[in-house]
Amino acid sequence: MSVATSGPISLKPADFASSAEVRWCPGCGDYSILATMKRVLAKLGSDRSKTVFVSGIGCSSRFPYYMNTYGFHSIHGRAPTIATGLKLARPELDVWIITGDGDALSIGGNHFIHMLRRNVDAKIILFNNRIYGLTKGQYSPTSLKDQKTKSSPMGSPDYPIRPISMALGAEASFAARTVDSDVRHMESVFERAAKHVGSAFIEVYQNCVIFNDGAYAYAADKAIKAEHTVYLEHGKPLVFGKDSDKGIRLNGLQPEVVSLKDVKADDLLIHDEKAADPTLAFLLSRLRHPEFPEPMGVFRAVEYSRYSELVGQQIKAAVAKKGEGDLQSLLRSNETWTVE
Amino acid sequence: MSSSISPADQGVLSKGPGERKPVAKLSSVSIRFAGDSGDGMQLAGSQFGDTSALIGNDISTFPDYPAEIRAPAGTLAGVSGFQIQFSSSDIYTPGDEVDALVAMNPAALKTNLKFVKSGGIVIVNEDAFIEHELKKAGYTENPLSKPLGNYRVIKVPINKMNELAVKDAGLPTKQVDRCKNFFALGVAYWLYGRPLEPTLAYIEDKFGTKLPAVARANALTLRAGYNYGETSELFDQQYQVDKAKLPPGTYRKVTGNEAVALGMVTAAKLAGKELFYGSYPITPATDILHTLSELKHFRVVTFQAEDEICAMGATIGAAFGGALAATGTSGPGLALKTEGIGLAVITELPMVIVNVQRGGPSTGLPTKTEQADLLQAIMGRNGECPLPVIAAASPSDCFNATVEAFRIAVRYMTPVMVLTDGYVGNSAEPWLVPDVSKMEKIKVEHPTQANDAKGFMPYMRNEDGARPWAIPGTPGLEHRIGGLEKADVTGTVSYDPANHDRMTNLRAAKVAGVKPAGVPYLWTGKESGELLLVGWGGTFGHIKQATIELQQAGLSVAACHLRYMNPLPEDLGDKLRKFKRVLVCEINLGQLRMWLRANYLIDAKGFNVVRGQPFVVHEIVDAAKSALASK
Ligand code: SF4
Repeated sequence: MSVATSGPISLKPADFASSAEVRWCPGCGDYSILATMKRVLAKLGSDRSKTVFVSGIGCSSRFPYYMNTYGFHSIHGRAPTIATGLKLARPELDVWIITGDGDALSIGGNHFIHMLRRNVDAKIILFNNRIYGLTKGQYSPTSLKDQKTKSSPMGSPDYPIRPISMALGAEASFAARTVDSDVRHMESVFERAAKHVGSAFIEVYQNCVIFNDGAYAYAADKAIKAEHTVYLEHGKPLVFGKDSDKGIRLNGLQPEVVSLKDVKADDLLIHDEKAADPTLAFLLSRLRHPEFPEPMGVFRAVEYSRYSELVGQQIKAAVAKKGEGDLQSLLRSNETWTVE
Repeated sequence: MSSSISPADQGVLSKGPGERKPVAKLSSVSIRFAGDSGDGMQLAGSQFGDTSALIGNDISTFPDYPAEIRAPAGTLAGVSGFQIQFSSSDIYTPGDEVDALVAMNPAALKTNLKFVKSGGIVIVNEDAFIEHELKKAGYTENPLSKPLGNYRVIKVPINKMNELAVKDAGLPTKQVDRCKNFFALGVAYWLYGRPLEPTLAYIEDKFGTKLPAVARANALTLRAGYNYGETSELFDQQYQVDKAKLPPGTYRKVTGNEAVALGMVTAAKLAGKELFYGSYPITPATDILHTLSELKHFRVVTFQAEDEICAMGATIGAAFGGALAATGTSGPGLALKTEGIGLAVITELPMVIVNVQRGGPSTGLPTKTEQADLLQAIMGRNGECPLPVIAAASPSDCFNATVEAFRIAVRYMTPVMVLTDGYVGNSAEPWLVPDVSKMEKIKVEHPTQANDAKGFMPYMRNEDGARPWAIPGTPGLEHRIGGLEKADVTGTVSYDPANHDRMTNLRAAKVAGVKPAGVPYLWTGKESGELLLVGWGGTFGHIKQATIELQQAGLSVAACHLRYMNPLPEDLGDKLRKFKRVLVCEINLGQLRMWLRANYLIDAKGFNVVRGQPFVVHEIVDAAKSALASK
């Protein structure tokens, strides 16, 4: 999104806070995401008046009220539709979409897919807590199979959807993952997304302390996360483990965990976020705890024409070809006749 | 209304070569072209309409599409019709019945003969009346083998004549048959003394450079059809319909869907804004999207959404961004947009939603007309969720209704719904093209300064009850809106009971106070009397025609045709009470009747049919007569 600034703007993170009282549960992962966003915008020198947060419904979707920018808290699942219209009308605005697993992947699944496929230049941050928080604890499309919730006392019979796989399947030009507890990493991912030209999708593993506490302990807990996550870096081999002693290697199309005692780093899978073909990124999106470490960071970052750009080009081309439209002659078009 | 041909005229005259056939003058004629969907009847019909308009007749057209896009050829389900009435005086409908039918195959004859007046002309393509075609149409024997009833049946070997006509055009054999609609059109042009030039020009423009053989063939067969009428013994006379006396000015033919699209572009121009149109393809509204997507040089942004919900959401997003935004759909699509419209109402953003009504419920009758979405339009949302509703009375009125809707949307900061229907959307009539330079501008204000000492108040209202349209990108006016109830003035989220009560009433009062931006109703006849016919939307022409006939019969009948459905015109209650009886005529089961009874406590009665077809004038006349006879 070439970040919108009007001259040198130096705002502090606190300048992005609205006067609304933040009302998430104490200890909710949303707080650190909010704080990180303010830091990132301040760091990028964003212009509050040209920044818009659009959200749907859910705990996460309260987010726009807490930002002292323009904001639109819309209806369940529809934020991408509003963002698309807004970007078409006003391509110069920086538009962020704040959504959750239910909002984006269940009720809003269709819009999520189509916004990404069109490469609408808005950034989607999906707070994935694998639960419905606002409605007090029902299983969501990312809840694990057999997860017991208020609406699945015998365990969820649903197979979960994988947000990054879904985004890549929808041709997302940028897809990344981070976790609420690692604010440094989150900051770098947000920054990358902000600078990406085109749709950006970020899945944030977010802890819901009330209804799904510890769902991501394996990826968030400092003591153990090194064994269960692998941090992606463009052009670098996939190495992980507390002692950086393990890696991911491709055996045909099958990824496997290998020990660096047996295998050279050069033989590991080398991350290429810029690959035009999303196959490798998709393969990474299939790596799941506990069989594999889960990748964190940027899966894919490729740039091609944005939607508003393409639409704008057509308008320019039409004007160039036919000249600026003349309304009176348009109304008189088709055959006309005159009554004296 | 058309005069029928008197049986006395029906004797076949013998005539020598070069002798002109006699010409009879008629004030009005209605003709229907019917054939298989693949026979090009829509094209033949619309060409006939265009030519008639160009030579100065008043016209009214009605395309009657088959429900299935590719029904098997030759079947009853595949029959496509196009009806035109043309006249030397004002006409309001395509006619209940037709003076002439052109039937290209047995199925077309079977489904359309019922529309022909007693004594009317039936031109049939006798080449198509062969065994397997007859079978597909469900005829056990050839209906042409004996008299059809009281019609003047003219059997023309259209296939054969067409083949002969185009044989030198250089067309591949397979394409020869596709030209026969132009032969039939040529015959009809001769019969009613229409010039060939406009259609020849159309053929040249359409195919001339791209497909010269097709152009040659179509032109040849059109002329051949015309000459066939002139020379064949089958036709004994021609008919003439003089120019209509219309108000002076430049005219064009326009369909309702075109007029909606032109109204949108005009409103954008008047507002000095760019138009955003977000839509999902749906019959019978898609032509609005087609028309607008050709107008990119007017900087129109058209967005074909993934579904109706997205089309609505994107329209709201564009309105939030400051565009002049609109969406269009039909009933089932409107149902899907409902939640989004609620969001537009609570966020008080300006936009226009066009509903080209079709037969319902559910998928219903996609290609057919109905008026059964009125209550859905006025009230069909959760919560107290009012919005202004305007209904277009005719194809050209769709232009006015659309421009008016934008005026109201922007002035009052509200979504506005425009109701048209499949009949009005697809039908055409002459339109006196307005002079844009004389149209009043649409005033748009985007604040750049805070409206209060304490900062920007997004829900502070002006004398119209409208809140400010502050758009993203404006420094210092950063604010948040959304679907949760808003605190009065400040616009922050509020769960306060008294605030909700206040906001609900403020929203209701704002819409109730909307002043019409055009005529609230069209009145025919006296201000008081025995019976008032009340209608709305696309039935205007039929009800007006019926009223004129009733008045000519000396009956005390007037008609009030509503354009403003919500809020209803201020003086409507008083107007209704000046009549002893009120008969509300609608293509639904009584939705306006319910709305009027609820608003005015009057004992309105209803005339209601829901056949997916426009009204039939004489049925309204009959209903009015029985209403007059009742106590
Ligand atoms: S319910 Fe869960 S997700 Fe929602 S605010 Fe509370 S902790 Fe956060």
